[in-house]
Amino acid sequence: MTFQGVGIGRGMAMGTVLQMPAPLPEPQDAPSTLSVDAEKERAAVALAATAAGIRARGERAGGSAKDVLEAQAFMAEDPTLSDDVKARIGTGKTAERAVFEAFASFRDLLVSMGGYMGERATDLDDVSQRVVAQLQGVEAPGVPDPDHQFVLVARDLAPADTALLNLDKVLGLITSDGGPTSHTAILAREKSIVAVVGAAGALEIANGTTVVVDASTGTITVDPNEDQRFAAKMAIQERASLAKAPAGPGRLADDTEIPLLANLGSAGGAEEAVELGAEGVGLFRTEFLFLDSAQAPTVEEQQAQYSSLFAAFPGKKVVVRALDAGADKPLSFLNDAPEENPALGLRGLRALRANEQILRDQLTAIRNAEAENTADVWVMAPMVSTLEETRYFTSIAREIGLKTAGVMIEVPSSALLADRILVDADFASIGTNDLTQYTLAADRLLGSVASFQDPWHPAVLRLVGEVGKAGAALGKPVGICGEAAADPLLAVVLVGLGATSLSMSPAALADVRAELRLYTIEQAQHFAELALKANSAMEARAAVSASASS
Amino acid sequence: MAERTVTIASTHGLHARPASIFTQAAAKAGVPVQLTKGDKTVNAASILGVISLGIDHNDDVVLSVEGDGADAVLDELAALLTTDHDAA
Repeated sequence: MTFQGVGIGRGMAMGTVLQMPAPLPEPQDAPSTLSVDAEKERAAVALAATAAGIRARGERAGGSAKDVLEAQAFMAEDPTLSDDVKARIGTGKTAERAVFEAFASFRDLLVSMGGYMGERATDLDDVSQRVVAQLQGVEAPGVPDPDHQFVLVARDLAPADTALLNLDKVLGLITSDGGPTSHTAILAREKSIVAVVGAAGALEIANGTTVVVDASTGTITVDPNEDQRFAAKMAIQERASLAKAPAGPGRLADDTEIPLLANLGSAGGAEEAVELGAEGVGLFRTEFLFLDSAQAPTVEEQQAQYSSLFAAFPGKKVVVRALDAGADKPLSFLNDAPEENPALGLRGLRALRANEQILRDQLTAIRNAEAENTADVWVMAPMVSTLEETRYFTSIAREIGLKTAGVMIEVPSSALLADRILVDADFASIGTNDLTQYTLAADRLLGSVASFQDPWHPAVLRLVGEVGKAGAALGKPVGICGEAAADPLLAVVLVGLGATSLSMSPAALADVRAELRLYTIEQAQHFAELALKANSAMEARAAVSASASS
Repeated sequence: MAERTVTIASTHGLHARPASIFTQAAAKAGVPVQLTKGDKTVNAASILGVISLGIDHNDDVVLSVEGDGADAVLDELAALLTTDHDAA
C-alpha cells in the first residue's frame, strides 16, 4: 500500500511509524459523582504530577526547550489557576472539567491580550491537555519522545511541537494536512529532514508499521517487501555518501557557474558549512553579536568575531549583513518605541540610520577584520527600500574602506527600481522571505496568514526577475539568500530569473547542487517563464514540476 | 499589612521574562504577597495572575505584603519592578 503527498527535498527514509496522539476530547460537563474534597484532591495531584513530568522532560531536552518547558511547569503549578480549579469543583464539576474550563478561561484572556502573550495560549492548551490526560489515565498528547528512532506522522505540526522535536530520533516526517509552505515543510527544509506533507490517509497507518518515505516522489510505501527495503537502504546509503563526497562548485548541466554559499548566524557554523561544500558565505547575520546586550559591542569585540569567520573562508567570498534588528528581533538600544506594525517600522537600515555610530562601528570592525584575512569581504544593508538609502549605505561603506557594498532586496520598491539601485550598489541579494511577506502583505510570523508566505507566487517571482534583468544589464551580481534558494526546483527557477549565486542553510546545499546539475541555463529560463505565466504559487510549482519530470 | 505603590520600569511592561522573575521572587518571599492594578488584585506568586493584569511600562501598581518582615519583602520586590529587565 502507498500514500501520496508532496515531498520536501530529495531525501529518503525508512523506519517505524509513530502517530502523534490525537488531541483529547473536551471533558463532559457532567456533575461529579465524587465528593468536592475528593475531586479537589484528584486535581491537586494531577497538577503536581504534570508539572513534575514537564520539568523532567525539560531536564532531558536541555537548551531552549528546557526554558519553554520550565515555563509550562510553572503554569501547571500556578496558584491563581489552582484557586480557579477549586472554585469550579466547588460548584459540582469533575476535576477534568474544572481543569479544562480554568485553563480555557486563561487561554482566552491571553488571546485577547494579543501579541507575545497570545502566542503563549498554545502552551496553556498543551498543559491543560496533559493535566486532563493525567486525570483520565491516558497517554498525554503532543510530540512523542520514545527511546528509539521513528517516522513521525501527524495531521500537521504546530511551531510549539517542532520546538520540542528531538531531531536525532526523527527519521522522517509525514503530515496528512498542510502543504509545501506549512510550518512542518519549512522546518523540514531548514533541518534537512525527509518529509512528505499533505499525504491524505497517512493518519491511518498503525503505530510500529515500517514505512519507506521518498521525498523526491512524495510517496510513502507501507510495509515494504524485501526488494523495496533493499532498494530503500541502497538509496539512503548512496545519498549519505553523496553528501559526504567532496562537493564540486555549483554549476548547471552546461557548466554555467552558480556559486553555492551558506547562510550563517554565527562564526561557529563555518566549519560545517565548509564540509558541506559551501563556496563561501552569502549571508552572515550579525544579530547574535548584539542580542542580549544592553549596548552595542565594541569595535574590537566585533572585529574578533568577524575575523574568526573570515579565517574559515580564505580567498572565498563572505557577505556580511549589517545589523538587522526589528520586527522579530528587537534590540532595545536601537529602537525601543512600541510600534503598531513592527515589520513596517523602524527596522533594518532605517534603524541603523537612526543610530549611525552603530553602523559605522560595525563597518569599521568588518574592515579591520578583512585586513587580517584573505577572505573576499562584501557588506550589505538590510531592508533597503529606496535609491537614496542605497546611496547612504554604499557611501559610508566606501568611505570606511570596504570595496564591495550592496543592498538586500526585500521590499518590492527596491525590486521595481533595481535598474537604478544597481547603478550605485555593487551587488544585490534578494531576501525571499521578507520579499514574499511584503509583496503579499502577509505577516510571516502570523500563522493565520501563513498560506500567503509562498515564494513560488508569480508576483514574487516577477519581482525577482526585475532584479535579475537589472543585474544582467549592468553586469552586477544578484544573489538569493532566503528560504526559496533551499527548495531545489525553485532554486533552478531563480537561476532562470537571473540569480547568479544562491545562499542557503548548509544542510540544503547537497540537494540544490544535485538539482542544478540536471538543467541547462535555457531550461532554467524556460522554467522561469512557466512559473511567471502561472496564476498562483500552486500553479507555478505544478507547471515547473510537470515540465521537469517530462 | 504593608503597602507600596511603584511604577513599572520594564520597557515592555510586566510580560513574559520580567513577570516570571517577579513571580518567582514573590513565591520565595514566604509570606502572602498581592499585586493590585486599578481595581483588580492578584496573588503576586501567580504568573497567570500577574500576566492577566496586563501591566504596561509606566503603570502604577500596588504591592501589599502581610506578615513578618513585610518591609524587607517590599523592598526586594519593589526593586525588581523598578528595574528595566528588558534593558538587562
